[in-house]
Amino acid sequence: MRRNAVAVVGAAETTELGVIPNMSQIQLHADAALNAIADAGLKLSDIDGFATAVETPQQVAHYLGITPTWVDGTSVGGCSFMLHVRHAAAAIEAGLCKTVLITHAESGKSMIGKLPRSTPPDSLNGQFEAPFGVYGPPSMFPIPVLRFMKTHGITHEQLAMVAVVQREWAAKNPRATMKDPITVADVLNSRMIAYPFRLLQCCLVTDGGGALILTSADRAKDFPKKPVYILGTGESVETPMVSQMKTFDSSRAFKVAGPLAFKEAGITHKDVDHLMIYDAFAHLPLYGLGDLGFMPYEETGKFIADGNTRPGGKLPLNTNGGGLSYMHSGMYGMYALQESVRQMRGIAPAQVKDAKISVCHGVGGMFAASGTIIFTNEK
Amino acid sequence: MAEPARAKPKPTPETQHFWDGTQAGELRLQRCDACANVYFPPRPFCPSCASRKVSVFKASGKGKLYSYVINHRPAAPGFTPPYAIAVVELDEGPRMMSNIIDCPQTPEALELDMKLEVAFEKLDDKITLPLFRPAKG
Repeated sequence: MRRNAVAVVGAAETTELGVIPNMSQIQLHADAALNAIADAGLKLSDIDGFATAVETPQQVAHYLGITPTWVDGTSVGGCSFMLHVRHAAAAIEAGLCKTVLITHAESGKSMIGKLPRSTPPDSLNGQFEAPFGVYGPPSMFPIPVLRFMKTHGITHEQLAMVAVVQREWAAKNPRATMKDPITVADVLNSRMIAYPFRLLQCCLVTDGGGALILTSADRAKDFPKKPVYILGTGESVETPMVSQMKTFDSSRAFKVAGPLAFKEAGITHKDVDHLMIYDAFAHLPLYGLGDLGFMPYEETGKFIADGNTRPGGKLPLNTNGGGLSYMHSGMYGMYALQESVRQMRGIAPAQVKDAKISVCHGVGGMFAASGTIIFTNEK
Repeated sequence: MAEPARAKPKPTPETQHFWDGTQAGELRLQRCDACANVYFPPRPFCPSCASRKVSVFKASGKGKLYSYVINHRPAAPGFTPPYAIAVVELDEGPRMMSNIIDCPQTPEALELDMKLEVAFEKLDDKITLPLFRPAKG
């Protein structure tokens, strides 16, 4: 894909985030979409491309009153929206549509109008994982952690520091769900969820949504907000069964998506001013730093524990507070994208001064899928 | 009211041999006749070279503890927390999820790379699960 050929010209989250008991999931989609449309200064009738995940595109498009010429229903978990951005950029470049709307919403806490997740007993997950007591992401996502720690020499205290540092960022974000400072001791004394992870190392469960609007860079200058260009993109999938990852020492999907995006962007790690790594659980930033090639895995825990990713550090990471402290509706990728766009627009509550390049890396399922988008505000 | 039972697998045509095996007290894997790759979960072709010429064989049932969590909450139906959800690396190469029995469900007792051997737990007349226990000797 050509660098900077497509730009984000509209971006917004739902009006409220957190607990939204007065709105169903599909209305959360609409609330985010209408906010993004207003942000871009458009009308719904201007949208000719549409993408969403979990809900089918036809459900949400019809609810919004859109009849698009390009549709993407890629649904690979929380990073689906990174893949939508990549696919939308390609579609716009190919002339399949001009103005794409991507929506995410989830009534993750209030569970209004949300389809229950189920694992059929004759699926591979149903036969070879469910019978052994996996029950929701907290029982599955951390399964690789102990092996990762042993191989790379990562400590429990370093994994606790991930949550501590992200709470420092969250304290600067008025919309963050959890803002009170925490210590390593607070994390290691919080209630056990799935050893080795405790409550403060697991993501929040909240309601919310977000939407993005993309168009060609040529048209982007005519929009009211500062365009944020798509500099590089990558995607991959590995396995829906966490037990069947090729290794627990790294994520194969991360190792494909991340480097693809860097190569396409034509940048090195030194060029990165701002970084988002989807943190459903505290180990994900460590995998991300290693798999995306920022440093050897052995250094990832120390890098975070030493304060390099905290406010004022040399690599600001998860500056909204992340899934651990900002919000996590179940599919957090959209919120990571929103924070990257805010940083590139220069309007983030915890703004990284003079940031020009933002890397936004997402995970889907339990290391099942991955998507990476690199943004820039310079063309 | 009956206690909620643990999730029970339902075999498909491609996996029936595995579940027939556990019922017969055997852990059955597949090996590619073309490239000798041993793989899991079951499928009638080799995920390494795509050959359809594959054979089922009885595995040793021996392996080691690759990684695990000790789940506290929420607990799956049929399980009493805390319980370990483990990934076992079989001596033949593939890994599979299982539970560790005859062993305290604690970080101290569950040492990574400890040797394990298969044990079979009958759920009903059709399904027997492969579980693992610390290897003797």
